[in-house]
Amino acid sequence: MSERWFPDAMPVPAVSPDTMPWWQAAAEHRLVVQVCDTCGRHRHPPSPVCPHCHGWSSTFADHPGTGTIYTFTVVHQAFVPGIPVPHVVAVVDLDGTGTRLVTNVVDADPAEVRIGRAVEVVWEDMGPDLSVPRARLR
Amino acid sequence: MTGACIVGVGETAYAKRGGLDTSEYHLALEAICAAVADAGMSLEEIDGLASFADDRNLPVFVAADLGLRELRHASMSWLPGGGGGCAAVGNAALAVEAGHAHAVVVYRSLCQGQFVRFGQGPGARRAPADRAPALRRSKGPLDTAAAFTMPFAMLSPPITYAMVMQRHMHRFGTTPEHLGNVAVRFRDHATRNPRAVLRTPMTLDDYFASRLVAEPFHLFDCCMENDGACAVVVTGAARAADGAKPAVEIAATAQGAPGAYGHGQYVNVYVDDELYTSGGGRPVARDLWARAGIGPDEVDVAMLYDHFSGMVLLQLEDYGFCGPGEGGPCFAETTLPINTHGGSLSEAYIHGLNHVVEGVRQLRGESTAPVPGAQTCLVTSAAGVPGSGMVLRVAR
Repeated sequence: MSERWFPDAMPVPAVSPDTMPWWQAAAEHRLVVQVCDTCGRHRHPPSPVCPHCHGWSSTFADHPGTGTIYTFTVVHQAFVPGIPVPHVVAVVDLDGTGTRLVTNVVDADPAEVRIGRAVEVVWEDMGPDLSVPRARLR
Repeated sequence: MTGACIVGVGETAYAKRGGLDTSEYHLALEAICAAVADAGMSLEEIDGLASFADDRNLPVFVAADLGLRELRHASMSWLPGGGGGCAAVGNAALAVEAGHAHAVVVYRSLCQGQFVRFGQGPGARRAPADRAPALRRSKGPLDTAAAFTMPFAMLSPPITYAMVMQRHMHRFGTTPEHLGNVAVRFRDHATRNPRAVLRTPMTLDDYFASRLVAEPFHLFDCCMENDGACAVVVTGAARAADGAKPAVEIAATAQGAPGAYGHGQYVNVYVDDELYTSGGGRPVARDLWARAGIGPDEVDVAMLYDHFSGMVLLQLEDYGFCGPGEGGPCFAETTLPINTHGGSLSEAYIHGLNHVVEGVRQLRGESTAPVPGAQTCLVTSAAGVPGSGMVLRVAR
């Protein structure tokens, strides 16, 4: 098991057939981004059809997990029992995809977090078959 | 006048979440009856019901329990969260103007103490305590989308909109004082309003002393959670002319959003920077001004959806009172009276339907913070979600 930053009481992800490949890759500590087979554009979160060209066929491509912080907030209220306070919720621009990932900056003083800072994904194992990407400042 | 009018408004007492003993449904009926009485009408004339925000107080029960003779219109605005308030009034106006109904009551009753807190849908479902966290099957697209936010602690609207404001501050130099100004001004209006839940005078120092929730939001940047209900009665121009009080015309309504806006439980992080740092209201404002035949300069008083202080600034931008990014200075300098009841921040959070009520009261001269001679009122329903807007006008 990985390092743990958030409690077991966190909401668990709900999965549909269209998003299952993303969560399966996550369980293997692989960050993937859905790519439309027809027009080549990336999209996230995963969805049934491409909103640009309406192609129904797609692939999940591996991504190195690097990006920059688009926006964030430092949260001072525990909305879930046991969640560490303060903690950081961040939105990351994933390099080269034009997509954004909601995640948490971990292992950093919240005062160090800034829009534009580079980050890389690290994995937190929440359960035997459930892992989620967090982010560390680079 | 030719369009539908609001001829009656009513509300229950407003209290903090969990502060009222009666059921949410009981409050809905009370508010509807109060609005109909205010209109000088009888329940026999009501043949339509409209609401928004997945209101739990279903019209078939309301119709049965109020002894309505027939129900000829029942509509629910499908915009998320509080976005559908003005749209629900618009649905009622369309029904009346088409001759499908004689009088429609638009209502909203909310007792968050009796149910799951708003904004905490199935996506917030926690891991059962007796087993290890694991994936679960989705209950629909909202649940599927929430999988990419809730496990990452994007758990509640203050977090969602704090991130919007952080980006707005980064792009445009909006300051914490700009946010505080909104909280302080609306609280000042509330001090004159006996219905308001929060009436203690507040200075900017008091505002900054309140605890941080999600930066840059302090407690007083966030709307309350309340128990209460309110309602308005919509009917045609001819019936309105015979009403008990001066009729207020629904000059125009508009609803919607740019495409891809409003993804997830109020998430919006997947849209481009220009759209993300707005309130998403520009298409609604475009349609509203065109239909009303006016612009922001003709507005005498405005009721803007204040779930969060900063989102009020974005609505000033979206509706053209100032340019993109200028909402902070615009609010600080404007003489336009805004949220004269105290808003969701200080009167009560009934998902903005109480803003419609205050708009009507202003145009009748009944507000507790009156704007003398006000003829035209803008009301907005939500920023940060696909929403709606309305222009009210003194009926001539």
